[in-house]
Amino acid sequence: MPVVTRQGQPAWRLRTPRTVLLAWLVWFLIVAVLVWSWQFVSERTIWAFVADAPRQGGDLMARMVPPDWAYTAMLWQPLWDTINIATLGTLLAIVIATPLAFVAARNTTPALPGLRALALLIIVASRSINALIWALLLVMILGPGVLSGIIAIALRSIGFIGKLLYEAIEESDAKPVEAIIATGASPAQMRLYAIVPQVMPAFAGISVYRWDINIREATILGLVGAGGIGLELMASVNVLAWGRVSMIFLLILATVLASEWLSARVRAAVT
Amino acid sequence: MSTRVWHRPPLIGDARLRWGLSLGFLAYLVLAVGSLEVNWQRVAEGLERGSAFAAALFSPDFTSRGDAILEGFLESLAMTFVSTTIGLLLAIPVAVGAARNLSPLPIYLLCRGFIAVSRSFQEIIIAILFVAMLGFGPLAGVATLAFASIGFIAKLLAEDIEAMDPKPLEAIRATGGSATQTLHWAVMPVVLPRLVGVSMYRLDINFRESAIIGIVGAGGIGATLNTAFDRYEYDTAAAILLLIIVIVLASEYASGTIRGRLR
Repeated sequence: MPVVTRQGQPAWRLRTPRTVLLAWLVWFLIVAVLVWSWQFVSERTIWAFVADAPRQGGDLMARMVPPDWAYTAMLWQPLWDTINIATLGTLLAIVIATPLAFVAARNTTPALPGLRALALLIIVASRSINALIWALLLVMILGPGVLSGIIAIALRSIGFIGKLLYEAIEESDAKPVEAIIATGASPAQMRLYAIVPQVMPAFAGISVYRWDINIREATILGLVGAGGIGLELMASVNVLAWGRVSMIFLLILATVLASEWLSARVRAAVT
Repeated sequence: MSTRVWHRPPLIGDARLRWGLSLGFLAYLVLAVGSLEVNWQRVAEGLERGSAFAAALFSPDFTSRGDAILEGFLESLAMTFVSTTIGLLLAIPVAVGAARNLSPLPIYLLCRGFIAVSRSFQEIIIAILFVAMLGFGPLAGVATLAFASIGFIAKLLAEDIEAMDPKPLEAIRATGGSATQTLHWAVMPVVLPRLVGVSMYRLDINFRESAIIGIVGAGGIGATLNTAFDRYEYDTAAAILLLIIVIVLASEYASGTIRGRLR
């Protein structure tokens, strides 16, 4: 099919020889990278352990069933901490991200050179680092506990909320802005009366969405000591109490599903 | 003259709901902040370390643990490539199974169930289980990321298959095409660009995740970072963090460009 021959001469080709060569080159590179990567992983693997994995896995599953139901009584306090980490962290992020978004948005940024670039840099740096890494850093600096978790969640969320909010601000309609300015409003009044009402639904949606993600993230922050139910998880894993581990998994699953449901309800209501 | 003043309409129209929600939220806030236990003395001690770390961010040390950093990043990259490929290959059958317009109900429910399980747990939780099963090292990381990738890619791909135009399907079936031929000639051409796009996106996510699952022993740069923090080597940790930011940005840009071209 790629070549149509007419009187022994190729007349039309789907691809030029150059693109055919290029396609082969790309495939060759992909395969080469994969082979190298697999060798790299394989060299660092103790295959005797892997051969044993099915038995280990079966063993693990057997120990996880039944979950240790009585352990639930000890989990309410960490669960409450987890929800607090997510909620207070999100609130802190909102407080910081909102002004940041107004500085980062092209149509509302103050006329000060470099300020917008700085805001964008903060957003990018915050977004590229996972909450767990922030938590690792903060546990080292502030010590283990809920406070480190809250700040870790906030630091990760600033970039997320800031980015989505500044995009919403940039997409807002310019006409209300013009109308408000025409009445002689100050720049602050313009933002309050022309921009804020337009981005309010997006803002509420973004915040609740991030809160939902943060509930998930808060369940694991305890793995590095930043409070919440992850602390119990790590403690149970370390003493190989797999019945407790599966109980924690069930509780995390229920919490995540509940927060997802709540967030979907709120987002459906505001948009 | 009346003295009525114009007010902006509130976000929540119903006044009772608005006040109820506000009061409820305020009550929660008081309870939540009240239950915080903060060791302020420890925090005060920490501020010094914080400033030391902030200073280290401006003088990162790439060299003194250069070998460990390079090894960690190569391991992360290798894990990313292998796991995305395995995840992609396994996600395709799962996605076909999870598309209601191609599969019978029992298979559909099975595949959807698998996708739901794979998506509800954080990568790091799955990593704990795989480390327990496969031992420490990058293979546990590969298994974790591949498992998470299956759910992610299969869900997006299945949605794309379900949203496709039924006419090509009907046309190929009308010519007497078998199930494999239908997949190859009707489904694949429609969803291939999306599949490449989703895989690129997942490659990007897998790299980010590979930077953290090392914390529980599943290999990658996360392990190196954790060690650096444990030893209070701020300048090395700062170097790793900066490198992560740069690579994440580069991969985000590359995957965005490729996905943009496909559209």
